[in-house]
Amino acid sequence: MSEPLIYDIGSPGRQGATLPVCDVPITPIPSELVRANLDLPEVSELQVVRHFTRLSSLNYSIDKGFYPLGSCTMKYNPKVNEDMARLAGFAQLHPLVDNEGAQGALALMYQLQQWLAEISGFKAVSLAPAAGAQGEFAGILMIRKYHLDRGDTKRTKILIPNSAHGTNPATVTMAGFVAVELPADANGDVDLKALREACDDTVAGMMITVPNTLGLFESHILEVVNAVHDCGGLMYMDGANMNALMGVVKPGELGFDVMHYNLHKTFSTPHGGGGPGSGPVGVGEKLVPFLPGPVVTISEEATGDEEAPLYAMTMPPKSIGRLKAFYGNFGMHVRAFTYIAINGDQGIKDITRHAVLNANYIRVKLQDTYKIPYNRACGHEFVLEGHFEGVENIHALDISKRLMDYGFHPPTNYFPLIVPEALMIEPTESEDKSTLDGFIDTMKKIAAEAHENPDLLRSAPHTAPVSRLDEVRAAKQLVLCCRPIPEQGG
Amino acid sequence: MLAAIGVTTIEDLFDAVPSSHRFPKLDLPAPLSEMEVTAELSAMAEANDHAGDFAIFRGAGAYHHFIPSALGHIVSRGEFLTAYTPYQPEISQGTLQAIFEYQSMMCSLTGMDAANASHYDGATSLAEAVTVALEAGRGKRKKIILSPAINPQYRAVVRTYHQGRELKIAGDSGRADISDLVEMLDDQTAMLAVQYPNYFGQVDDLNKLAEKVHAAGALLVLVVNPLALGLLKSPGELGADIVVGEGQPLGISLSFGGPYLGFFACRTEYVRKIAGRIVGETLDQDGRRAFVMTLRPREQDIRRDKASSNICTNQGLMSLTAAIYLSLMGKHGMRKVAELCYHKAHYAAHQIDLLLGFRVDTSKPFFHEFVVKCPRPVAELNALLVEKGILGGIDLGVDYPHLKDHMLIAVTEMNSKAEIDALVDALKETIQ
Repeated sequence: MSEPLIYDIGSPGRQGATLPVCDVPITPIPSELVRANLDLPEVSELQVVRHFTRLSSLNYSIDKGFYPLGSCTMKYNPKVNEDMARLAGFAQLHPLVDNEGAQGALALMYQLQQWLAEISGFKAVSLAPAAGAQGEFAGILMIRKYHLDRGDTKRTKILIPNSAHGTNPATVTMAGFVAVELPADANGDVDLKALREACDDTVAGMMITVPNTLGLFESHILEVVNAVHDCGGLMYMDGANMNALMGVVKPGELGFDVMHYNLHKTFSTPHGGGGPGSGPVGVGEKLVPFLPGPVVTISEEATGDEEAPLYAMTMPPKSIGRLKAFYGNFGMHVRAFTYIAINGDQGIKDITRHAVLNANYIRVKLQDTYKIPYNRACGHEFVLEGHFEGVENIHALDISKRLMDYGFHPPTNYFPLIVPEALMIEPTESEDKSTLDGFIDTMKKIAAEAHENPDLLRSAPHTAPVSRLDEVRAAKQLVLCCRPIPEQGG
Repeated sequence: MLAAIGVTTIEDLFDAVPSSHRFPKLDLPAPLSEMEVTAELSAMAEANDHAGDFAIFRGAGAYHHFIPSALGHIVSRGEFLTAYTPYQPEISQGTLQAIFEYQSMMCSLTGMDAANASHYDGATSLAEAVTVALEAGRGKRKKIILSPAINPQYRAVVRTYHQGRELKIAGDSGRADISDLVEMLDDQTAMLAVQYPNYFGQVDDLNKLAEKVHAAGALLVLVVNPLALGLLKSPGELGADIVVGEGQPLGISLSFGGPYLGFFACRTEYVRKIAGRIVGETLDQDGRRAFVMTLRPREQDIRRDKASSNICTNQGLMSLTAAIYLSLMGKHGMRKVAELCYHKAHYAAHQIDLLLGFRVDTSKPFFHEFVVKCPRPVAELNALLVEKGILGGIDLGVDYPHLKDHMLIAVTEMNSKAEIDALVDALKETIQ
């Protein structure tokens, strides 16, 4: 049943794309510049189309079914987004066109900056970061540069709750800071006492996810923000969970100094099997000069009602610099712009309300079957424990694999780390009640199976294209290419 | 649903949010229909000088190439587009095998042993290569040498990435050539990086370089244009340790600079040090060949603050695009497209060099981009070219003060002889 490798299809001489005959005189190519060989497939167009179509059918996707993958916001990606990003005027626009030749693209980026700033209550936004992790990195570099710019060189630490995404501590290290982990209290909130003890003049700032990775809105968020501000630190908000906040609260108004957005989560640009993402950053007044650039600004205000203003790319005066070549993932900006324009003010608010309603509905319906630590009103997602008293050796992973047999994508496994056998469930606003009920019934059925016939879970999945994989073998006997690379110089 | 939850209104679910800040006004426009939004965006798109309406002779890190029709159709499939990172391999074999094949084809092109599933773009791949080189130098070697003929934006990104770390960057402040860079090697040097072909389109002679870099105990990093590798000697043949670059020429649309594809390939000894996702082959419980993300303990979600990079996503859809492009073009198409670029660029260079006042730099062999000394400021020339529907080359004087009045012209298979002749005629008119 398995699909052969592209290298094992085809035959010598085949080529899947045609090219024109050279219409200029040939210039001899010095032979010492030319490579010895090039080992690429030799396949026809039809072979390529069939190969990748068959591969695609081995994937689960949002277009196929319910994808309650916590922290990933797997909402429906409207098809019109794709068409807009593929308009010739966007898709075939060279990034080094002069500002005058890119006014349409710049107007779109400017408007998106404004909308994102409005949604989260920030002063300014840069669309430069290529993904959420890069947005985080930008945020922490801005905090670093802010302190250095004021001549404050003592600040070496960034505080992080122990429920944080793994990217947070990795980001802190990359930026040259030390990550200091803070415990959660019994309620799932940041332990305020531990926080206050950690706050001193060596703290550069704090990174926090709101709602946190348990899906809970911090009960004392203003106290947390104030404690860090009082010791001179800045507050970074991981905006991965913005789908729980739109129209509900603006992080900038809570006192956050910087936040990144995940356009591929909240604003429906597709996940694409792992990317591309897009991770704009929003900042309060203090950090505006430090934004990563370039950003889009108005270089000439509109003169009359009919005239559009002139837009330009500018580097903020104390910018942390460029994060990638050019200006961020523009194709993703177009998709997010389309999404916000279609939803408008009311639609954006409804997204959050329905996402939170859906998550709470599943939570309540499953609370008698599964252990839910910190069981209170959640945001757009919640965490339950994927194991059962009296049933040995059934893990979150087994429940996840069994869900595949019923046609569902599993929730996020084993995250956050502070919950044993964590299963993190995020239904998003895209799903209707009948889908949620189908999932709830299945989760209950699997719980019953765990008691009656646990092997059914342990040996799952039974209907997926492949069964469980030998991951140890993959890491030990590294095979990372279709064929060994021939010795060089032949 | 509200009754099941035990609340009266949806708003009741937000009681934990401080009431002082709850439910703020949201100043966004009213919702629009799909039809209205399509009209609005189409108008914005048409306000741009794009390749549908212009002859493009601009490159400098983003290139206008032919994209076979089949590619767009495959990449648009919802099964690829709307899947997440393949953390659940049993139901993600499509994405995983496609990445495995992408890695394989990048190894073939570069002549390296292994490639990862990709970084954000060519610039960030170079920044990640610096991290690997510093680790390979066990933290003792804290100097890197960058050629000034590496894309200025890439060098800027390396500086952004490493501003929080102790790192000395040498080599790129002046006009150093390859032999000057070799002079800078010492026992503190972790790596030396050059671009191939370089930012000016030239193919430097790198034959003896690896030997000298290795003699100093440093790594040789090449920043390459993958399309040029359809023709040019592979980095593996040149002795490179790490090869990075921008995969955009491999079927990815210009899209105003992103999303693009940062590829990263290396020799076996550095595989366990590289950041980002890597897919490997294994077996399932029934003995069937299958693919899975491997060497996971390097990654941020497991290693947390000990991880050397925070990268989480890869450019999944873009690596799929490159895999499909390389499959469609294949062994023969890649050679042909690279040759077309070479011949057309050389024809253009020859014709422009014949013009009074224009001088093409032919001091070194070049691939599909070349430097022209112009009799007038480049910005003035470009303004005149735009009127004729031509997007001319970039002004090199902006980043290289000694190259004032020098234009960097890129020619690809997309530029017909008629377009090239029109460019030459238009340039000729600017001096009459």
